[in-house]
Amino acid sequence: MQEDKLVIGGREFDSRFILGSGKFSLKFMQSVIENAQVEMVTVALRRANIGGGNNILDYIPKNITLLPNTSGARNAEEAVRIARLAREVGCGDFVKLEIIGDSKYLLPNNSETIKATEILAKEGFIVMPYMYPDLYAARDLVACGAAAVMPLAAPIGTNKGLSTKDFIKILVDEIDLPIIVDAGIGRPSQACEAMEMGVSAIMANTAIATAGNVDMMAKAFKNAIIAGRQAYSAGLGRVLDNKAEASSPLTGFLED
Amino acid sequence: MIKINGEVKNLDNCNLLEYIKANGYKLEVIAVELNGNIIKKSDFANITLKDGDSVEIVSFVGGG
Repeated sequence: MQEDKLVIGGREFDSRFILGSGKFSLKFMQSVIENAQVEMVTVALRRANIGGGNNILDYIPKNITLLPNTSGARNAEEAVRIARLAREVGCGDFVKLEIIGDSKYLLPNNSETIKATEILAKEGFIVMPYMYPDLYAARDLVACGAAAVMPLAAPIGTNKGLSTKDFIKILVDEIDLPIIVDAGIGRPSQACEAMEMGVSAIMANTAIATAGNVDMMAKAFKNAIIAGRQAYSAGLGRVLDNKAEASSPLTGFLED
Repeated sequence: MIKINGEVKNLDNCNLLEYIKANGYKLEVIAVELNGNIIKKSDFANITLKDGDSVEIVSFVGGG
């Protein structure tokens, strides 16, 4: 069987699950990563505390690819500044570009995101832009050198699921880059549904961090994402409208 | 007057590397910006902070 790898910026991943590390107690981080079997984890950049203290990097295994985000950036200029600083920490060239000008709904600003993608891609970053699922914006991101496109399913942290399903499907059909659903996925079934329709990967954070048992939920997401990918790869069975088709032979001997 | 992570500090002719070490920052997990410009870790020892400088010292935290 041919290997089914996720390839982003030339790097291969076996896992199609990206974990966000926000809202977790640090002591749970490692076991959640293990249960999720993720290979990529997002982190954010903030002013460092005097005295060092507990650093999240002490809780993330070294084999994990770090995906720093640009959360807090309100425009392209701020996002570029954060990305450059994040790279300077020394954990690679990946960046999850996140530019949000609206503090109520936390919706991404696609036009600023396109501008920042162009600048960062030219500087050698592997840019994974978080975006509102709009085909024209996605095409611009491709043209500007994005390594993946990360459309939202629902507003950040809501756990509301695939509100934008039809528009994400358009991106799956039309954009020749990994489509990674980011934000809003609340349940494993929703992650599975997105994978079934052909998205390349799922990013989740709040759904796991706010679950009753974070380890168990991490594992449930892992299994759902694998199931959805296998279903997509297998090719879903067809749907019949306004009629039925027997699954068992109708021999009719009871009537003869 | 030197501003470090938004706080005004009374430091005079302070070496950047010495300040970082004296305040317990771990070199391997931070990045530093001086007056809006990123400073490479290898250059920390060559920087003397002077009046009016603004320094940002950042590191990773949990985030989605």
